[in-house]
Amino acid sequence: MTRVYDANGVITPVTVILAEPNAVLQVKTKENDGYEAVQVGVFDQKEHRVTKPLLGHFKKAAVTPKKFIREFIPGKGETAPKVGESVNVTNFKVGQYVDVIGVSKGKGFAGVMKKHNFSGQGAAHGSKTHRRNGAIGERSTPGRIYKNHGMPGHMGDERITVQNLRIIQVRESDNALLVSGAVPGAKGGYVVVRTAIKGQPKPPVVQTVVKAKNPGKAGKK
Amino acid sequence: MNLIEKIEGEQLKKEQPQFNVGDTVKVHTRVKEGEKERTQIFTGVVIAHKGRGVNETFTVRRISFGEGVERVFPVNSPRIEKVEVDRMGVVRRAKLFYLRGRKGKEALLVKEKPGTRRGVVVKPKA
Repeated sequence: MTRVYDANGVITPVTVILAEPNAVLQVKTKENDGYEAVQVGVFDQKEHRVTKPLLGHFKKAAVTPKKFIREFIPGKGETAPKVGESVNVTNFKVGQYVDVIGVSKGKGFAGVMKKHNFSGQGAAHGSKTHRRNGAIGERSTPGRIYKNHGMPGHMGDERITVQNLRIIQVRESDNALLVSGAVPGAKGGYVVVRTAIKGQPKPPVVQTVVKAKNPGKAGKK
Repeated sequence: MNLIEKIEGEQLKKEQPQFNVGDTVKVHTRVKEGEKERTQIFTGVVIAHKGRGVNETFTVRRISFGEGVERVFPVNSPRIEKVEVDRMGVVRRAKLFYLRGRKGKEALLVKEKPGTRRGVVVKPKA
């Protein structure tokens, strides 16, 4: 992450996302595949690291083997690009809202205080428990453990979507997007950037102020 | 070159303001009032200077109507037009937080001889 100034001198914290042109590998259609999607791949991979079936898939699209492959569902009214074409950062506009999907940093086996923000117990005054979860099943009522009750366990390293992040800059020459705020995952991790499913920011309402004429003056005419 | 370094480098001012901790400075900031833009000057003593690159900031302290006021300015903000050095001070600390406990004794910062500090020429006062 870094920070950028806009023209008014306002600082925005941003994450720099490197987005090399995505090669279109396959266009899935309702007739052939049962659903519509565009499959794209990015970041070149050495040929010997790719399985043979996948290599054939790349050959069919006439592109070099790629590391990271994902599918996108085209929005209404959008025409799907053709196989072998590439999609780059200019697909996004400055000010647009996007969702960023990534795999969060792994935290290992974490206790309830870290994982579920439990309060824990007293540190002093003779308290012998400090970071435990406390009672989980109550007693005769309800006499069982509620589903989804917070327990210690593995934390992080899961798929996370952060919604409605603003695009601050689109740098075509650098193949980079600058997105406001933080995105899931470690530095150098892979993320998917898609148009926000919750919609785009509404244009600001322009209020027109109608100046009322002074009725007294108008009457004097 | 690292992409983040490149992005940060673009935002740095070509002419970095020259001043040191202990100097009395006039910070010219652009203020927007409605549609008009004007320059506001904040005068005070630089009591801290920290960070590097886009994160570089300095803190200016002044006594305003008997009340201590501190403002933190980002060095590379486009809102900062210029930083004028009014007076150079001699200090033996990088952070002058001890000034916060003092009242009306700011004059303790000793004025320095013109043109001696790190090759910066000071206009002799008429």
